[in-house]
Amino acid sequence: MTAKLILRNKEYEVKAGTTVRHALEKIGVNSESVLATHDGVLITDDEIILEGEVIKLVAVISGGDGGVSPHE
Amino acid sequence: MKCRKCGQKAIINMRQHKLALCQEHYPEWIVEQAQRFIEKYHMFSREERVLVAVSGGKDSLSLWDILWRLGYQADGLYIGLGIDGGFDYSDESRRLAEKFAAERGLRLHIVDIPETYGETIPLMADRTTRGRGRPCAVCGMTKRHVMNRVARDQEYDVLVTGHNLDDEAAVLFANTLNWAVGYLRRQSPVLGARTGMPRKAKPLCRFYEREMAAYALVRGIEYIYDECPYAVGSKTIYYKEILNTMENDRPGAKLSFYLSFLQAKEGGLFAPPSIGDDEAEEYGASGEALHTCPTCGQPTTAPGECAFCRMVSRTPQI
Repeated sequence: MTAKLILRNKEYEVKAGTTVRHALEKIGVNSESVLATHDGVLITDDEIILEGEVIKLVAVISGGDGGVSPHE
Repeated sequence: MKCRKCGQKAIINMRQHKLALCQEHYPEWIVEQAQRFIEKYHMFSREERVLVAVSGGKDSLSLWDILWRLGYQADGLYIGLGIDGGFDYSDESRRLAEKFAAERGLRLHIVDIPETYGETIPLMADRTTRGRGRPCAVCGMTKRHVMNRVARDQEYDVLVTGHNLDDEAAVLFANTLNWAVGYLRRQSPVLGARTGMPRKAKPLCRFYEREMAAYALVRGIEYIYDECPYAVGSKTIYYKEILNTMENDRPGAKLSFYLSFLQAKEGGLFAPPSIGDDEAEEYGASGEALHTCPTCGQPTTAPGECAFCRMVSRTPQI
């Protein structure tokens, strides 16, 4: 009873029957930092992951230090 | 989870707003909210010419798409940095910006840094003490210089950038940790024009980064997904992760941090902004009297050439 999460080409096996949010907690990914998609469509993190499903995660954080204060 | 507007399956849940929306209503909501922010902060009007700084990433392309849908006169500016990173980062970004513009029949200005100044950003950074192996500082200064120049030369009324709330909160967090008051004073959704510099606005400053990525996906906007190779491990990303940890435990924490800062400024906690928030490094953080650079005409804190013109050996040409 497993399913798969994929983030930046890295695969994580998770237990099916749990929510996306719970699965993300299990693999140590902050749900604020990613979007979950199934079959190319965005899904909310209360969605239950079914057996054999592949959930692709889109990382959303970006940014260099070009705009940050040099005083840091 | 159901869409609050129509009851269909939601594709996003914005916990800070207690709002879930579907594929159809989410992009509509984003566009409506963007218009609300443009008006609330008096950013620009439909009669004005807008220059959108476009990187090929999710935020700037989404911003251009939103402005286009709202009917603004918005042209794009792409700056080619000459960054490869093993996957043609700059070439791919440019291709995506050009593709976006071509699909919508929009005008895109392109300034290629190696062609114009004879060096890529990484090479400039290696050569100068300012870079000290950190191209981000040189990159930021160069982009700001070029954006100012093109906006001024092409007579745009306003320059807009795709900074989202996570960008703004990360900068605010960094500057608060150091009590960099000069920088805090200048952080604002809109900054008035000054001699040699256009008005600047950040219409996405109240949208979470996650929301902009979702907008790009729902709208089918092809954007560069891979991070700039020099941004990996940056302090900005580090601060964003810290803020997201807080947000995860307490939805709305990032938004509240940023909005209460703006409110405090309005209440007089900081002096009114005098120059661009991002320009402080080049133009002085403590509000020194500004001079005009004899080479490029942009403001500078000391008499003589500005930091950018000192860094490059050639006179800008496009």
